[in-house]
Amino acid sequence: MVKKGPIFSFFALLIVLGIIIAFSVKPIIHNVNLGLDLKGGFEVLYQVKPLKSGQKIDNEAMSNAVASINKRINVLGVSEPNISIENGNRIRVQLPGVKNEQRARELLSTTAKLEFRDYKDRLMMDGSDLVPGKAKVAFDEMNKPKVTLQLKDPSKFASVTKKITGYYPNNVLVIWMDYQKGDSYEKEAAKNKHKFISAPSVSQELNTSDVEISGSFTVQEANDLKDLLNSGSLPVRLVETYSTSVGAQFGQDSMKETIYAGAIAVAAIMLFMLLFYRLGGLIASLTLVIYMAVVMGVFVGMQAVLTLPGIAAMILGIGMAVDANIITLERIKDELRGGKTVLSAFKAGNKRSLPTVVDANLTTIIAAAVLFVLGVSAVKGFAVMLLISNVVTFVTSVYGARILLGLLVHSHALDNHPWLFGVKRSDIRGSK
Amino acid sequence: MDLNDKMNYKHYNKFYDRLDFMKHRNLFFTISVALIILGIVSLFIFKLNLGIDFSSGTRVDVQSTQPISVEKVDKAFRAMNYEPERPVLSGTHNNIATVRINKELDHNQIAELKSKMKDQFGIEPNVSTVSPQVGRDLAKNGLYALIIASVFIIIYVWVRFEFLQGLTAVLALIHDAFFIVTVFSLLHIEVDILFISAILTIIGYSINDTIVTFDRVRENIKISRKRLSTIEEFGDIVNLSIRETLTRSLNTVITVLIPVVLLLIFGSESIRTFTIALFVGLLCGVYSSICIACPLWAVLKVNYLKRRKRRRTVSTQPQN
Repeated sequence: MVKKGPIFSFFALLIVLGIIIAFSVKPIIHNVNLGLDLKGGFEVLYQVKPLKSGQKIDNEAMSNAVASINKRINVLGVSEPNISIENGNRIRVQLPGVKNEQRARELLSTTAKLEFRDYKDRLMMDGSDLVPGKAKVAFDEMNKPKVTLQLKDPSKFASVTKKITGYYPNNVLVIWMDYQKGDSYEKEAAKNKHKFISAPSVSQELNTSDVEISGSFTVQEANDLKDLLNSGSLPVRLVETYSTSVGAQFGQDSMKETIYAGAIAVAAIMLFMLLFYRLGGLIASLTLVIYMAVVMGVFVGMQAVLTLPGIAAMILGIGMAVDANIITLERIKDELRGGKTVLSAFKAGNKRSLPTVVDANLTTIIAAAVLFVLGVSAVKGFAVMLLISNVVTFVTSVYGARILLGLLVHSHALDNHPWLFGVKRSDIRGSK
Repeated sequence: MDLNDKMNYKHYNKFYDRLDFMKHRNLFFTISVALIILGIVSLFIFKLNLGIDFSSGTRVDVQSTQPISVEKVDKAFRAMNYEPERPVLSGTHNNIATVRINKELDHNQIAELKSKMKDQFGIEPNVSTVSPQVGRDLAKNGLYALIIASVFIIIYVWVRFEFLQGLTAVLALIHDAFFIVTVFSLLHIEVDILFISAILTIIGYSINDTIVTFDRVRENIKISRKRLSTIEEFGDIVNLSIRETLTRSLNTVITVLIPVVLLLIFGSESIRTFTIALFVGLLCGVYSSICIACPLWAVLKVNYLKRRKRRRTVSTQPQN
């Protein structure tokens, strides 16, 4: 006697799940954070070095450096920046989707140490004499951009300008950005492109707190200078030790190709399961759809960044999720061949396959966890996806499949139809 | 169902019901030892083609809207005074060229290179640079990851099964990992950072087959309710367990091979080495789980039991 209740529940469950998935697809897709290998962008690993000899690179110095980098990235307006400290003295900066890579790299790594020196490169004033956050962009009468600053102490400026005036004819106040030992005004002045920002002549003592820098700026350069001065100088020196940049087109192509491969793979796996396990395969395919939705949902919910290796891990995870189905369905087939009824074969198969599935998945989780802890950047993205996939597998491929198939089995509609599991009647023990 | 019943019961009539995995164990062991020797020799002669991730330098992926030639790419780089290694073409229409320069470019040089390549080929290229220190750290990290994962897996299998099974399972895994390295060395495929992910995935995945088979061995030993001691007795159990789980082992590897092969054919160039490593590892993994791990365990187990017996008889002999 076929019970209608469980069959009704089965379809009701499917419809509910279908509606949930249909409604969550859009928000999930819209909220996926694409990594820079899919979106284009760049990633730099900086080695943090001391600015002055004797400066210690400790946790405080590192977090100050990260804070400064953060401020500068805000200037760039990158939507999903990722900054992390590695190995104690390295900072990894990932900027997916950044438009002007060259500008970003310059903004990031400059220490933005503003200094005023005389023609003999003697230090007169530096950034610490400025009122923080008061740099502005203004335009002169020629409509050329300039940057205006405010000094803390007008009398200091007065004494500096007095000194400079006395150096006539070398009465220049050289404004340097990131002056390094060995740089010299005389050498740079002879060149076409100067390393210093500007070198205005000072012909009288100036007792004022307002200073302006007018160089040959473009509007953007003036804005960047203003932002750099306002976000403060970097407390450390950053040296690029690793960098990778991906063209936007490249990223899009990679994503398209990989998703295409994944879609065919999913279809092929479903076909394989249907042919081999019939109804069991159908249930496995259904749970596979749920699996994919849940994995993506969890991934987006964790605000993890989807990278190319992440997509590969997800596709691989599909194969592994199906493994849980295969282990269970093979067990059920074994039991059916042994002459059990569909109901008891289903129960015994589930019970006996569970430890195997647990062991198999836990060992993969061990490997993925090690990758997650030790891995960096691309490897980490892969490990996160592998971990999520394995955990979700338990929910969907083990319990999800069990519930769905269980409803059908308990309706007794499958009784005496072992072929629905891919078992031939002649293979069953005791049959001729 | 009792064990004799199970063994005499040849109802399945599968093609592999007559396969004797234990009988050919020495052949399997010989093949694997030969492969390992081949790998060691290959590592000495051909070494590994380490990508910039593990050494240092710059890697540029030039992409074009049309097919490109090695000469054209080479010329473009020489025009900028770089000494590129021979570009490697890839992509469905040979429209991608990967170029390595044994020099770290700074960000100004990268910017210049990118804009020149974009002008010439139409699409912005990918550029990566690695300094020697970072490369060394990555390689070291990878090795640590392998060792730590192996130790944890041995412990896990030891707790869930027995030490000898944990040991043979990990031996089989190292065998798989080394085989991937061998193939990469022989074919001179570039090893990049994702290679380590691939090896760890294989380790995490390939152990599934071994575990599932050991799981069945454990179950069948329980069913037999006998004290097994000879290699023949263990052999029967091992053969039966492998046969019983063979369909599952093969089907799983097929369902994972499907996406890997499709990624290999249609997937992005950027993860090619990764998928090649997975492909090789999966095939080797299913072989080692079936033909190496179980038979090796049976041999080790029988040896261990014999030694223990000898020790017991020695210690129980009356002292003169």
